[in-house]
Amino acid sequence: MQSVLVILEWICLLGGSFFLLVGGIGILRFPDLFTRFHATSVSDTMGAGLILTGLMIETLVQQHGFTPLVKLLMIAVFLMITSPSATHALAKAAIHGGVKPRLADRAKAQDDENGADR
Amino acid sequence: MLIAATTAILITMLLALTRGILGPTLYDRILAANMLGTKTVLIIAVLGFITGRPAFLDVALVYALINFIGVIAVLKYFEYGSLHHAEKHDTPDEEQP
Repeated sequence: MQSVLVILEWICLLGGSFFLLVGGIGILRFPDLFTRFHATSVSDTMGAGLILTGLMIETLVQQHGFTPLVKLLMIAVFLMITSPSATHALAKAAIHGGVKPRLADRAKAQDDENGADR
Repeated sequence: MLIAATTAILITMLLALTRGILGPTLYDRILAANMLGTKTVLIIAVLGFITGRPAFLDVALVYALINFIGVIAVLKYFEYGSLHHAEKHDTPDEEQP
């Protein structure tokens, strides 16, 4: 039973690390602000959720008791609520501030090119 | 495995910090700061388990709260120009008696 829990913890921690790294590479490599939101949300929901789940299993393995489990659950729920709302507020502020999505410009540019070709 | 998770979180923080330094617009920097704060919450929690003191989770919880409030406050400041009188941004009433 203990080894099953330890293997589950390893899977959760390694999966969370993978998603964190994917989000980090994405926030560095994506070309646009609105695509970088996507990378951030990947690492904030899947990465943080999986790592906190792994830590919950760690409390069960180490038998730390009930309190760290509840605190980890509170952190997970709070991150799940606040991270999308912060991203939403950021996107709204960016739109208000005049940042245009890059694909809109590209579609317009392609339309202009097609119009010029005709 | 906790050490591997710590390494991954640190590398992600480095990548987010690079975006925060490079970021062309203000909102890229705020996004990178938000992501850095979330990863700080994670690394505090993991380090608490590495050192065998799960009481670090209180610090992580408070850091998550402060991170969210800080991001919202900075956004409101840069969107409206001040931290109060947000409703009167569009139609500033000048009928002061």
